[in-house]
Amino acid sequence: MPAPDDLTCRELVELVTDYLEGALSGRDRARFEAHLLDCDGCPLYLEQMRRTIRAVGALTEQGMPQAAKDDLLRRFGDWKRVRAGPPVPGR
Amino acid sequence: MPTDAERPRLPAGREPAAEDDDRRLVAALRRGDDAAFVALLDRYHAPLVRLASLYVADPAVAEEVVQETWLGVLGGIDRFEGRSSFKTWLCRILTNLAKRRGAREARTVPFSALSRPGADGAGPAVDPGRFLPPGDAWAGHWAGDLRDWGRLPEEALLAQEALAHVRRAIAALPPTQRLVVTMRDVEGWTAGEVCGVLAISAANQRVLLHRARSGVRRALERYLEGTPPRCPPPTT
Ligand SMILES: [Zn+2]
Repeated sequence: MPAPDDLTCRELVELVTDYLEGALSGRDRARFEAHLLDCDGCPLYLEQMRRTIRAVGALTEQGMPQAAKDDLLRRFGDWKRVRAGPPVPGR
Repeated sequence: MPTDAERPRLPAGREPAAEDDDRRLVAALRRGDDAAFVALLDRYHAPLVRLASLYVADPAVAEEVVQETWLGVLGGIDRFEGRSSFKTWLCRILTNLAKRRGAREARTVPFSALSRPGADGAGPAVDPGRFLPPGDAWAGHWAGDLRDWGRLPEEALLAQEALAHVRRAIAALPPTQRLVVTMRDVEGWTAGEVCGVLAISAANQRVLLHRARSGVRRALERYLEGTPPRCPPPTT
């Protein structure tokens, strides 16, 4: 029988992010880890969350479209010229 | 021309050395290095567009705000002293510009209001039906077995097909959750950076991250178990 202070699995799944983020209090962390030692399902759940995070981390994102990049590179060229000092008169 | 090894790759944000790398790129930018400028444009494009979209409804306007932001960077880079990270400084420029455009578009819902716990009506991380019901001696404990994802080959969740499900699951999240999980887990921003840029509390950030990750896990679980019927069956 579970003791009254024990976490249920249903409670634990809501604490997983706080656990992984290191945001649980010492007492809650101890309860969390005690539950993991005593439960078949929750370690598997924690592993599922870890694999989920890894999968999300494998996504890649689009860079800037080329036309926008070309435009900014032109402005970058202007910026470099202005910064290098006033143009030589007559050029 | 930078060699392949020097050329920054996307998404570089998640690499642990990203901040050092930014510092190096910013120093090169100041020297007028085109490749460094392009690397920064690529690295921050998706995050900046996403951030701008919080304040301006029109995607074309969001892209414009990003362009203006880079002009602001060029205008201010010589005064940027590195007291905050480049990323934080960049996001501040963007946020100020986007707010101004958003005010003109009359779309100024602060992120903090959107991200109030409960504002997105999120449910529990796991369907309550998966746990034993109240009244049972083991109420609240798993009612059935969980699949051991640790026994799946590492590639199972990293294959294009699985990642397509992940991408779809993230796209289906409420915007605030989508933003936080993308910044944290796709782009590798720290919790502190996300809180700073979005002006939300650490606790609020964790709630959003938790709901988002939990939602993606459920989607992956459905994908692996071949339900709903539109998903392909698990590979054997
Ligand atoms: Zn459990």
